[in-house]
Amino acid sequence: MLKKFDKKDEESGGGSNPFQHLEKSAVLQEARVFNETPINPRKCAHILTKILYLINQGEHLGTTEATEAFFAMTKLFQSNDPTLRRMCYLTIKEMSCIAEDVIIVTSSLTKDMTGKEDNYRGPAVRALCQITDSTMLQAIERYMKQAIVDKVPSVSSSALVSSLHLLKCSFDVVKRWVNEAQEAASNDNIMVQYHALGLLYHVRKNDRLAVNKMISKVTRHGLKSPFAYCMMIRVASKQLEEEDGSRDSPLFDFIESCLRNKHEMVVYEAASAIVNLPGCSAKELAPAVSGHWAFFQPASHVYVAMKHPSAVTACNLDLENLVTDSNRSIATLAITTLLKTGSESSIDRLMKQISSFMSEISDEFQGTCYPQDTHGPQGKDALCQKYPRKHAVLMNFLFTMLREEGGFEYKRAIVDCIISIIEENSESKETGLSHLCEFIEDCEFTVLATRILHLLGQEGPKTTNPSKYIRFIYNRVVLEHEEVRAGAVSALAKFGAQNEEMLPSILVLLKRCVMDDDNEVRDRATFYLNVLEQKQKALNAGYILNGLTVSIPGLERALQQYTLEPSEKPFDLKSVPLATAPMAEQRTESTPITAVKQPEKVAATRQEIFQEQLAAVPEFRGLGPLFKSSPEPVALTESETEYVIRCTKHTFTNHMVFQFDCTNTLNDQTLENVTVQMEPTEAYEVLCYVPARSLPYNQPGTCYTLVALPKEDPTAVACTFSCMMKFTVKDCDPTTGETDDEGYEDEYVLEDLEVTVADHIQKVMKLNFEAAWDEVGDEFEKEETFTLSTIKTLEEAVGNIVKFLGMHPCERSDKSLLPYIPVLLSSLLGVFRGGHDILVRSRLLLLDTVTMQVTARSLEELPVDIILASVG
Amino acid sequence: MQEPSLYTIKAVFILDNDGRRLLAKYYDDTIPSMKEQMFFEKNFNKTSRDESEIAFFGGMTIVYKNSIDLFLYVVGSSYENELMLMSVLTCLFESLNHMLRKNVEKCWLLENMDGAFLVLDEIVDGGVILESDPQQVIRKVNFRADDGGLTEQSVAQ
Repeated sequence: MLKKFDKKDEESGGGSNPFQHLEKSAVLQEARVFNETPINPRKCAHILTKILYLINQGEHLGTTEATEAFFAMTKLFQSNDPTLRRMCYLTIKEMSCIAEDVIIVTSSLTKDMTGKEDNYRGPAVRALCQITDSTMLQAIERYMKQAIVDKVPSVSSSALVSSLHLLKCSFDVVKRWVNEAQEAASNDNIMVQYHALGLLYHVRKNDRLAVNKMISKVTRHGLKSPFAYCMMIRVASKQLEEEDGSRDSPLFDFIESCLRNKHEMVVYEAASAIVNLPGCSAKELAPAVSGHWAFFQPASHVYVAMKHPSAVTACNLDLENLVTDSNRSIATLAITTLLKTGSESSIDRLMKQISSFMSEISDEFQGTCYPQDTHGPQGKDALCQKYPRKHAVLMNFLFTMLREEGGFEYKRAIVDCIISIIEENSESKETGLSHLCEFIEDCEFTVLATRILHLLGQEGPKTTNPSKYIRFIYNRVVLEHEEVRAGAVSALAKFGAQNEEMLPSILVLLKRCVMDDDNEVRDRATFYLNVLEQKQKALNAGYILNGLTVSIPGLERALQQYTLEPSEKPFDLKSVPLATAPMAEQRTESTPITAVKQPEKVAATRQEIFQEQLAAVPEFRGLGPLFKSSPEPVALTESETEYVIRCTKHTFTNHMVFQFDCTNTLNDQTLENVTVQMEPTEAYEVLCYVPARSLPYNQPGTCYTLVALPKEDPTAVACTFSCMMKFTVKDCDPTTGETDDEGYEDEYVLEDLEVTVADHIQKVMKLNFEAAWDEVGDEFEKEETFTLSTIKTLEEAVGNIVKFLGMHPCERSDKSLLPYIPVLLSSLLGVFRGGHDILVRSRLLLLDTVTMQVTARSLEELPVDIILASVG
Repeated sequence: MQEPSLYTIKAVFILDNDGRRLLAKYYDDTIPSMKEQMFFEKNFNKTSRDESEIAFFGGMTIVYKNSIDLFLYVVGSSYENELMLMSVLTCLFESLNHMLRKNVEKCWLLENMDGAFLVLDEIVDGGVILESDPQQVIRKVNFRADDGGLTEQSVAQ
């Protein structure tokens, strides 16, 4: 009856939100009521609620207004109304970081915290700790210690939790309270126990022994609180992980014993802890997994299954039921898991289920489910690698998904997936390409269309029947807007460059494009047309199949420089730094329109920063452009020594500069005139040292050493330098930083520095190795065969060569596509200092050991010699 | 693997039917700014219509509960024990249920906003679960349960 009446009342009141039209200024105005006497508790509490509500809605309070309201509120401590008092505590906590001088309530809070009213004490402790900083903490330390061991659970809990919060800023003070916390840990109240254990762990977590003691104590005496159990399980599993856990450890026994706890929460925590332990065997998993299934909390299962596919294969049937679960998250997870764990035979069936599921999602939840949708395709990606034979089914499935309605993210995920299938699996290439062709017939997303066109240009000509793609591509030129047209023109040109039969028809098509409305399209068509008409392989390779290898911002800068200083010489492309970022990312952006956007976002790259720094040193003028900087600085000292020295190698055409970044970690010393003396083992010649003038405590400084590359024996590029740091030490006062005038000379021996072939070679990426190989020609070709006796797999061998030579593996040739064939042909590409491309092709054969035949080509003899000499 | 910690809860919030925020507390820096928080909450506007009670989203586990025209959410990291999050959600709901005399709906929640603030304050403190027993929460917040409730009723009449 009463309820019915209420409903009516609510309707007549319009169900209005009493806080709907709150104005910040009006509410703060109202806060003046706080100053009235006698205090009206109901009214004041309501005003405080309004203020809290405003803060909660994201209203911003200025410091002045907040402080004003805060001070007014302090008057309310005169009232004894409990609700009002509690609202005051809340307001204090909310405002502690907005208002100023909040510490004025300290005494009121301290009074409440030690007062008679138990209901005030807990919240007062928490409010107090919120406004206290480390300096004031000393003053209330005594009260905190008492509160931790207070017999009222809420007070004790509050004090413990607040101590935990305080740990962040005043670790040393809180550390002194462990005895009290220890006492609280044996409290009967479950929450107090949980908080006390938590605090103890946080204080002691760096002390392995103490933590182990805690766990063994818990194992012996048991706990009352399920929360505390969960906490201890986590602690134990972390210890186990760090120990590289043997399973006989008492820690493991503890976790396992928790599987038989009467609280679900604890059982679940223990089970997931066991499942998550690295390298646990199926036998150990069994009880844990069955534990999970026992209480059938679907979400959690799936989650575990995700992490441990092999263990749950037995439960696949259960999972299949979950696919139809009404909760999308769960269903998606279930599917992903099944795809990972399922057998080949069940995939067809699953695919059917997923298709219906996917369409449901995209209809109902288009806006919100993308993260989950994309989840699906990703799962399938892994799947394709697992079951190569099923690619046809998958491809069909993906393509159906592609045809359905969906947003950009969704479509992109699918296209990504198809592309990766094509890359991984050569058998599926043609089906995949034709699917994609159909997709771009009706694709509203420019980025996807251009990307697919690019892929077609790259892969299409290599297929058995390239002419069938031409129609699709040329359709784009007719129907689409300029960005796509430009992409299509490029793709056409690639077909023309690689296929002589089709060349005449391609030329006709390109001629039609010359009259296009758009600049970019026109330019491209004209350019490609002219190049193709020359009918020279080298030109085709250089200008159509493989684009520029220089870094685009670098090129821009070099060109600007060139226009500023007019000279007789033509512009030399070799002086432009090469693109260091592997173009893998740029591959995804296929038209220049999008490709240009990307490098612009990237500010000066690391190499360009170095180039500028080096150009500022007068000694290094005239070295020419910087060819390469070593990717990671090499540490020449241990990290904890007095001086920390790291070296970066910069390679120029005929010189190398070693940049030493030095840090002085002694606070009572200042180093001056720091140089690094170098003794080469080979014919390198040290030209000059550029010292770091002064190296005060903890301020990094840089000094350089310039060496000339050996002229007599140019192949001896690999060299070891022994390094010694020389400097003048001046003692200084660590507190004031004043230095003595007198100093003395000192030396410090550093570790040896290696210069390898990789320092002389910059990796570049060209899309078409074959064309580049032919372009270079065999004038300086050399070939040698080696036996690698220590290496057992082909991929390891290639990995080593790639690392050693610092070159780029082309067309994913570092990976073996067919793992059962013990032969690997890999193509590596780099640019030697001075700007000559060098190409290496290695054939590897795995019998008992790896036999490798290396063929190197370049336009000059020197790089080839160096490569072969160094590999041997 | 997650560092063992008492900081379990990333956020608790209550939204209405239209996805508007009625009460929200964020306890760590996963979602720092108000704008991001609002955006985060928008995600739940549609997905929560069905009967389910858990969602995984952006590296977080979210448990939720619907009551008439309110949606209660508790957010934790994806490594978190779901049952632990659930215990907080249940405790929040039961406490509100008791305080609002079984009318856990928007208009009554707004009428008793102060109580709702206090309840949440007693359940979670700075991301640490402070209390999980609704009886205890009620006892701590509403020591004058009867007369607090009654005044509310009499005003309504």
